[in-house]
Amino acid sequence: MSGEEIHRILKEKFGEKIGELKDGAQPSIEIDKEIIRELAKFLKEDSRFLFDHLVYITATDERTKIKVIWCLFSYTYKHYLVLKADLDRSNPEVDTVSDIWATAEWHERETYDFFGINFKGHPDLRRILLPDDWEGYPLRKDYTPPDFYHGIDNRYKR
Amino acid sequence: MIRSQEMLINMGPQHPSTHGVLRLILRTDGEFVYDVEPCIGYLHRSLEKIAENLTYPQFIPITDRLDYLAAINCNFVYCHTVERLMGIEVPLRAQYIRVIACELNRIASHLIMFGTMGMDMGAFTPFLYAIRERERINDLLEELTGARLTYNYIRIGGVAHDLPDGWKEKCLEFINYFRPKIKEYNDLLSYNVIFMKRLGGVGVLTKEDAINYGVTGPNLRATGFKWDLRKNMPYSSYDKFDFEVPVGTGEGGKLGDAFDRYMLRIKEMMESTKIIEQALLSLPEGEIMAKVPRVLKVKEGEVYFGAENPRGETGFYIKSNGGTKPERVKIRGASFSNIHALKKVLQGVLIQDLVAIVGSFDIILPESDR
Amino acid sequence: MERLIVKAFVKLGLGSPPEWAVLLIVGLIAGIILLLFILLYEGLGTYIERKVAGDIQVRYGPNRVGPYGILQFVADGLKLFFKEDIIHSQADRLLFRVAPYIVFTGSFVGLAAIPFSAEWYAGRLNVGVLFILATTSLVVAGLAMAGWAQANKWGLLGGMRSVAQIVSYEVAVGIALLVPVVHIGSLDLQSAVLYQKKGWGILGWNIFHDPFTLIAFFIYFTAAIAECNRTPFDLPEGESELVAGYFTEYTGFRFAFFFMAEYGDMFVVSALATCLFLGGWHIPFIEGLIKLPILHNILGSMVFIAKVMVLILIMMWMRWTFPRLRIDQLMALNWKRLIPAGLLMLLLASLWDLIFDGKGFFELIGIIK
Repeated sequence: MSGEEIHRILKEKFGEKIGELKDGAQPSIEIDKEIIRELAKFLKEDSRFLFDHLVYITATDERTKIKVIWCLFSYTYKHYLVLKADLDRSNPEVDTVSDIWATAEWHERETYDFFGINFKGHPDLRRILLPDDWEGYPLRKDYTPPDFYHGIDNRYKR
Repeated sequence: MIRSQEMLINMGPQHPSTHGVLRLILRTDGEFVYDVEPCIGYLHRSLEKIAENLTYPQFIPITDRLDYLAAINCNFVYCHTVERLMGIEVPLRAQYIRVIACELNRIASHLIMFGTMGMDMGAFTPFLYAIRERERINDLLEELTGARLTYNYIRIGGVAHDLPDGWKEKCLEFINYFRPKIKEYNDLLSYNVIFMKRLGGVGVLTKEDAINYGVTGPNLRATGFKWDLRKNMPYSSYDKFDFEVPVGTGEGGKLGDAFDRYMLRIKEMMESTKIIEQALLSLPEGEIMAKVPRVLKVKEGEVYFGAENPRGETGFYIKSNGGTKPERVKIRGASFSNIHALKKVLQGVLIQDLVAIVGSFDIILPESDR
Repeated sequence: MERLIVKAFVKLGLGSPPEWAVLLIVGLIAGIILLLFILLYEGLGTYIERKVAGDIQVRYGPNRVGPYGILQFVADGLKLFFKEDIIHSQADRLLFRVAPYIVFTGSFVGLAAIPFSAEWYAGRLNVGVLFILATTSLVVAGLAMAGWAQANKWGLLGGMRSVAQIVSYEVAVGIALLVPVVHIGSLDLQSAVLYQKKGWGILGWNIFHDPFTLIAFFIYFTAAIAECNRTPFDLPEGESELVAGYFTEYTGFRFAFFFMAEYGDMFVVSALATCLFLGGWHIPFIEGLIKLPILHNILGSMVFIAKVMVLILIMMWMRWTFPRLRIDQLMALNWKRLIPAGLLMLLLASLWDLIFDGKGFFELIGIIK
């Protein structure tokens, strides 16, 4: 199914909450972060979409806000869909989809690890790749690495 | 919380059969494992952050360090993602050479899986048989790329070098040498009674669970689901080659068990030899690099591209702001999701089964930890 | 031997020694000879094992120290001897230190009852088979101690596995050994060999006595491999799942003791099989031609050791070929296959003895008398 069709159907169902469509290599749709759970269930279960494969969850730091990205794929129809939602930079929060796609559990942990996005309702939101006592969220653009970590000198030397 | 007869065991990150630095926290009662918590991150090198500070071509050698057993495949995924973002059309000869190199690397990677699977089962010998054949692949790739493990061979727009003189014949000779060896592996290990009984029926992953947990690649196919990105969504002229997509058959006991996952790799090696042979025999003449500007400036946009790597769908999401450096690179490692699925499979198994199942998933940590 | 010692005492002007002193000295000498023998065998055994492994695994094996690398074991022994002996702070120090010696002793003492030739043996026990079974079970205590003492969870699992495995397989071993014992009518190993020393060639061996003894031999051999913790039954060590099993925390020479105990165990169980099933030191075909006792002794012991080494080679071959069993499969094999089969063989072999008056198959059809 093409991006336009998906966008049209979603627009009919969710109206205002669905933003504009950007048709790149994968169609990407801006959404309101409030509807992600409802939308995810709909996209996964509706027989026209069947997005059963959550490829990844990630985020990008847009300086003024944080954009969280869900990339979905359907094994049945072989179509991609990228969902994007803007989050408040000071307190990024969004609902979890880990009960809809199990794989989201770790991807959300990773996104939390790197961007500090709080996935509400996540069963076990901890750091996954970085140590538990790491400070800051490294993939934010304003991140500066600590000079010392447990006594290890991390300063850049020539 | 812990009852007196239960024992909490830390398996890894230093352990002979966690295939790198995977750490599993086991809650066991004698030989039974009740609960498993996989912990990753011991090999985290912040590659995604590094990518933001490097230009596009500079990041290619780093991708070698993703899945070091299939470095060319990782090179390829990254370069092809950038090509898609820039809209570069790669010359046909370069595409064929990429396919040959990737498939050789896939065989090498599956050989390691075959060998370590035997080692996890306590049979040490198959590993050295696998290494014997892998050595020849390494020799071939060394001649082609100049390196034996981290190849750094594929470039944005093509490949680094053309095939050396006589390489084609050597590679064909290797294919003919290698095919009978697969039967030898089956005689030595695959159909050994103990081996089959150890792997058959343990660690069953159903198709629904596999999709739900984002498991891809051979582990997904072993559940009986015929899905191969090379076949279903062809890229880099894979559609020009004739090959089968093997799926799990359940000959070991149950569909989607550890034996299916193991056997699938053995079958895939055979299919890879077919692809290499066809590509070598129909190798077109021509350029090996597309016309790519010296300083790569990628126009604004974003793209995701996932390819069928030996361990599953490894993909790159790249977002560009129009400069020489990417704004954001997200690496979707196949092993990341595969390790997550271990949590589902490893409930209520024996410690020995646990080792077998982890081996059969063929995980690699640098890819998931990035 | 005793007479020689008495003579030596008299010559040295010490007078006639008391009986206990003579016994003690004889025991010491025999012990030292056996110890030297087992050390040499273990050294060469590791060398052979590595060469066999190399051969099977399309590589060379040791080939640097000495001609064909034959001195590799000396280098290895020296290395192990000079390595630091680490006992970590959480370990139970006493048990940790004692365990390797118990394991080694358990595997080594069994040699005392084994006749190497018609006259060369440390002691002729009328309960030889029982003695060896008893001493090899002593290994279990050592392994369990080692597993417990090192305060390592993998070690503990290894110790648990070894106890479960060895105690279970001991039963199968015992039952399988009863089959030839029924024919022989004695638990003495020397008389077992003498019983098989009949007729022509190798047909007098117990293994050819009747079909049931033949099957009992395979039952015994399978169970014996499990008792030595060799692949495919090497679960207590299981290096891919238990790191190193019961000797995870051991280093240096204490580790070497476990290693030597494994080889000692292999020798003892193979020697037992040789004595009871394969004719012991009986020299096939030319037995009657050798009149000189010393020559007979030398040839006999060489034949004996050759037979043992063939069995050990088979064990090595299996080790480098097979994967490992799972613990439930291991137990099922023992309790559901080997032990019932062993009991059945025991019953049938006893019936055979009753019906055919103790005559073997080849005696019945008249090939040997």
